[in-house]
Amino acid sequence: MVAIEVHNLSKCYGQVKALDGVSFSVERGELFGLIGPDGAGKTTLFRLLTTLLNADEGSAAVDGLDVARDYLAIRSRVGYMPGRFSLYPDLSVEENLNFFAALFGVTVEESYDLIAPIYKQIEPFRKRRAGKLSGGMKQKLALSCALIHRPSVLFLDEPTTGVDAVSRSEFWDMLSGLKEREITILVSTPYMDEASRCDRIALCNEGRILGIDTPEGIVRGFDRRLYGIRAKNMFALLERARTATDIVDCYPFGERHHMVVDDGFDVERFKAQLGDVEGLEIGGVEPTIEDIFIKLMKR
Amino acid sequence: MKQNFGSFVKKESLHILRDRRTMLVVMLIPVVLMILFGFAISTEVNNVNVAVVASERTDGVHDAVERLSQNDYFTFKGYISQDEVDAYLRSGRASAVVIFATDYDRRAAQAVAGLPTKPIIQLVVDASNVNTAGSATAYLQNILLGSASAQSMFETRMMFNPQMKSAYNFVPGIMGLIFILVCAMMTSVSIVREKEVGTIEVLLVSPVRPVKIIFAKMIPYFVISCIVLVTILLLARYLLGVPMTGGVWGIFSLSLLYLVLSLSLGLLVSTIARTQMAALLISAMVMMMPILMLSGMLFPIENLPKFFQVVSNIVPARWYIDAVRKMMIQGLPLVAVWKNCAILLGMTVVLLGVSLKKFNDKLE
Repeated sequence: MVAIEVHNLSKCYGQVKALDGVSFSVERGELFGLIGPDGAGKTTLFRLLTTLLNADEGSAAVDGLDVARDYLAIRSRVGYMPGRFSLYPDLSVEENLNFFAALFGVTVEESYDLIAPIYKQIEPFRKRRAGKLSGGMKQKLALSCALIHRPSVLFLDEPTTGVDAVSRSEFWDMLSGLKEREITILVSTPYMDEASRCDRIALCNEGRILGIDTPEGIVRGFDRRLYGIRAKNMFALLERARTATDIVDCYPFGERHHMVVDDGFDVERFKAQLGDVEGLEIGGVEPTIEDIFIKLMKR
Repeated sequence: MKQNFGSFVKKESLHILRDRRTMLVVMLIPVVLMILFGFAISTEVNNVNVAVVASERTDGVHDAVERLSQNDYFTFKGYISQDEVDAYLRSGRASAVVIFATDYDRRAAQAVAGLPTKPIIQLVVDASNVNTAGSATAYLQNILLGSASAQSMFETRMMFNPQMKSAYNFVPGIMGLIFILVCAMMTSVSIVREKEVGTIEVLLVSPVRPVKIIFAKMIPYFVISCIVLVTILLLARYLLGVPMTGGVWGIFSLSLLYLVLSLSLGLLVSTIARTQMAALLISAMVMMMPILMLSGMLFPIENLPKFFQVVSNIVPARWYIDAVRKMMIQGLPLVAVWKNCAILLGMTVVLLGVSLKKFNDKLE
């Protein structure tokens, strides 16, 4: 069964096209990731799906309900965690949770079993003001609040932005736990490395979706060979490599440059063409989602 | 859903209680303003230095000067000569000089007898402070021509507040200002804060209608305003000695209506402003200035240019202050100011209607 159905959705802010004809669908119980840089339109998409904004064009349905027509019904069925910390910093952990429970007409006890795996970690600090929590704890509290009414669909807008690596990893473990409870999760992130934790991902940029597949499928879609190169003078290396034969693309990637090559590429000939480069290292590498992203963006 | 309304009110109250500084300011502003306007900033005549010029010190002159020096509001600085008048006023040794005419006794007797007579006392007053000068002049006339019949010479008649106690005038004005400050400014800021912090997004994506959340927001502010109202009324009665002959309950009921109006105004501001700063500015500039200038708080409406007189009609504080003055000082009952009540009620309905209509349950 389909939990989220988006068809040709568009949204403009004045002259800026934030979303440009986006279509996709998410199955029930799926963990679906929106991967893309800032300004890709992820937040706008969340706001459209959580009925906070009206679309200019296209249609969308959440849990079988139309976002334009049945928006009030949708609001009681979805959990939403906006990109920035949206709890009350002057209220304690416990007070925040109680308030959001009251907002949805439930009690914390009723949903305790669902939130327990997450809430237990911050429960020792339940008397602390939310504003005084660490980034990771804030996210856990926000997730607990978003889950308090047992939503069938969960929208998480960049939940791990500004959170340390350990907490990020923990957070994704929690999401996997929720998936087992048949909760559909739409999550966005600018971090490509988190994409592999999703069932399926959509790569998006500038209001468009560049590709949708499983993380493995996306990577498999990379149909060329990829090399990693490094040298003492990285900048000069990049300049020279770009002019060599059978090089499709070469771009900085972490501590080395990634080089997409054509079938006719020959390592020895490439080395000869580079000439004398101090400390040159070259080797084949496995493509990552980021490589796919760069490839799709350049198309 | 009743029970969750309670928890909204609780949450709002927590916000207010946690923000001790704001809370303190809200509670202290009325007290400070009352004391400031009641005592310090007054147009009341107090300790006005008066010198006297009298070519003949007859019994009549003596009597008049005696009355003057015994009065708390004036200090008799002694007899001076005609030539010294200017110097005395200029140097500030005297704020007013009383000059008795020659043949004062006979002409005063004529005046008392009701015969036509030329002016027999000249008052030279330092008018650099117009307010003080005005009240001092009027009061001086009263004292100097002490006997009742002689007063018929003057047109000036001061009812209700013969000593022109400014506190009487200011208390209603302060009330008109304070409630706008507390209710309108604080509610608008607290609603806009939800927008600014982003919690409004989470609130909107819930089955609760925003209107309900907003009404829950207003309740604690309403309670605070009621406390402030009681504080002001107590201060007015016992510290400043405002008579309140028209009945406290009438003033109280009218003030409650004004509170609701201020809250609606705050709601309207919150639908326009996007940031707390904007909400503050709108409240301060768009609401406070008209109240200070156009409500009759500081300047009588009759003295305003015609254009502003017309504009003042839409300033709610004008109607409220007018009504409270009538009830507090003239001692009229609530029924007598029904017109003001009706206007205020109408304004409340309109403001509430407009802001609820404007209040969006989406982000744009």
